[in-house]
Amino acid sequence: MKDFVDFLNINALFTDEERLVYQTVHDFVEKEVKPIIADYFEKGEFPLHLVKTMGGLGFLGSTLNEYGGAGLSNVAYGLINQELERGDSGLRSFVSVQSSLVIYPIYTFGSERQKEKYLPGLISGDLIGCFGLTEPDYGSNPGGMKTRAVKKGDRWILNGTKMWITNSSISDIAIIWAKTDDGIQGFIVERGMQGFSTPEIKHKLSLRASVTGEIVLEDVEVPEENRLPGAKGLKYPLMCLTQARYGIGWGAIGSAMDCYTTAVSYANERVQFDVPIARFQLVQKKLADMLTELTKAQLLAFHVGRLKDKGEHTHQMISMLKMNNVRIALNIARTARDILGANGISLEYPVIRHMVNLESVKTYEGTEDIHTLVLGQYITGFQAFNPFKK
Amino acid sequence: MNIMVFIKQVPDTETKIKIADDGKSIVEDGINWIVSPYDEFAIEEAVKTKENLGGEVTVVTMGPKRAESALRTALAMGCDKAIHLEDDAFEGADAYSTAKALAKVIEKHNPDLIFFGKQGVGNDNTQVGQLVAEMVGIGHIGTCIKLEIDGDTIRGEREIEGGRETVETKLPAIVTAQRGLNEPRYPNLRGIMKAKKKPLEKLTPADLGLSADEVGLAGAKTVYLSLELPPARQAGKKIEVEPEVAAKEIVEFLKNEAKVL
Ligand SMILES: Cc1cc2nc3c(=O)[nH]c(=O)nc-3n(C[C@H](O)[C@H](O)[C@H](O)COP(=O)(O)OP(=O)(O)OC[C@H]3O[C@@H](n4cnc5c(N)ncnc54)[C@H](O)[C@@H]3O)c2cc1C
Repeated sequence: MKDFVDFLNINALFTDEERLVYQTVHDFVEKEVKPIIADYFEKGEFPLHLVKTMGGLGFLGSTLNEYGGAGLSNVAYGLINQELERGDSGLRSFVSVQSSLVIYPIYTFGSERQKEKYLPGLISGDLIGCFGLTEPDYGSNPGGMKTRAVKKGDRWILNGTKMWITNSSISDIAIIWAKTDDGIQGFIVERGMQGFSTPEIKHKLSLRASVTGEIVLEDVEVPEENRLPGAKGLKYPLMCLTQARYGIGWGAIGSAMDCYTTAVSYANERVQFDVPIARFQLVQKKLADMLTELTKAQLLAFHVGRLKDKGEHTHQMISMLKMNNVRIALNIARTARDILGANGISLEYPVIRHMVNLESVKTYEGTEDIHTLVLGQYITGFQAFNPFKK
Repeated sequence: MNIMVFIKQVPDTETKIKIADDGKSIVEDGINWIVSPYDEFAIEEAVKTKENLGGEVTVVTMGPKRAESALRTALAMGCDKAIHLEDDAFEGADAYSTAKALAKVIEKHNPDLIFFGKQGVGNDNTQVGQLVAEMVGIGHIGTCIKLEIDGDTIRGEREIEGGRETVETKLPAIVTAQRGLNEPRYPNLRGIMKAKKKPLEKLTPADLGLSADEVGLAGAKTVYLSLELPPARQAGKKIEVEPEVAAKEIVEFLKNEAKVL
């Protein structure tokens, strides 16, 4: 497997199909993403033209066997995320949102009519979706959300504001989570519905090649047939997040790999004191730590992936995967940044871009702290993140 | 239309080649194997032709077990079925004994249109497609950069020294693909999963009516005596004097040291 950092011969564990998926997405990223991504990052623009290509190649909703999905294993889905994030976390974010936060809930909680109406377009890339859970005052604690949906005849009236929403201003549909008399429920809100607007968030210094925005809902009337019938309660949006976090656990490996390989080749070429800096013990120590952490992260992702293929995973395992892999990826990116010296801050190299991207990845989909406390609860039985709940 | 495309699995073009202890072969450990880049043009043209004119594409390779993944790639790109000439006896073939085996596949299946890459990256013989055409006794268009199909006539453009020529032949015929013929597609992920279910037939020399000593190393007309890596690049030399003196020094260097003048 070309460019696959593989200290423990992990490639032998993949199936032929998984290796081919890797090769395809890897080639796609080398040819279509790497040459342009730094410019898009600098301009603060998402490479929208890649969406249909990715849909055409089967990158979206890829674990589904129906509606045009490729029917891939969870490990293959992980490899897609890894390779896209080797390109840029922004591209991987797009695919995570589309596949895990939009296609997954419609497929899992949606009506037949909703599936037929939206899934083929979302999978081919003709439709773009977003996922509105976070609000200005409710991030780690989404259960406190203020967005309300009130039933009126055969319609629902939605009011509220969602914040930090990936893809918001480029989306055709939004999965909006809102409180009802019957608990939190999900609604498919279509662009064009009265009172629905999506102002973009500017001045980001991270994930600049990804669109992030608000969603403002002012008396938006949504027909009952757009309510997700199979989801009542906070558990359901969290199930979506478990899917997305799994992919992020793999994605982080991609940016870590890119930073690691960039640092290794830089260290071999950069000469100081008449020798390549790779000859210095301090540099070697940094590279050795990077490879060790990267390898452990790969094994964690692979093993959780195989468990997920068998339906034997738990959400705590995925918390560990997301928390650990993003943490080590961020550390690897920072160390690579250091090894590249002044070049480490230049967009001519991918390292600083990955590094600042990973700051977002650390925060979204459950911060590192929150996942730590999920594990804390698993270990001790004490729930530490909500002081008012036993 | 019954289309056949012949491909070869080769080391990734970015591989750092190491020569094995026997001095005649390369170390295969750690090599990333790919479909030879010219064969990708051949696959693309075959699949495109099928999409335009209907029919079926059979992809064929001769090679060890690992070459199966090259066939899977081609199936994922849209070929319909695969044939794998896999047998120890096929090993060590040269262009001639390769062509001999492949020609039998054509005689067995009678395809209308046959594609090869213009050469297999690595050995770079640039012979197999043409040899097969001779052995089967059909026409061929070599190093083709543009192809038109009109009933049972095909017209191909080829780049020649200082220009282009257009040649025509009747089907069945062989076309060897050159860069520029098309832009090969990525194997689509849906295609990869479907490829798993497409038929892959294994053939031995006996299945082709050949004996073991007609194929592979035994049937080869040429043998490798030795392999050598290109000489390591020497450190450059800087000449930092006025242009007139520099010109003289360069001529001296080319004459006496590089010995090319
Ligand atoms: C680029 C980007 C894209 C995003 N995309 C989406 C999207 O598509 N859809 C969506 O719904 N959301 C999205 N988000 C929002 C993201 O999920 C939230 O930012 C995240 O959940 C954290 O919420 P917060 O920012 O409000 O931080 P807060 O919850 O305010 O947290 C601030 C700090 O306090 C810590 N903290 C909070 N509570 C606890 C506790 N109980 N114990 C210990 N520490 C705690 C956190 O770990 C963190 O360090 C996105 C965010 C970003 C940056």
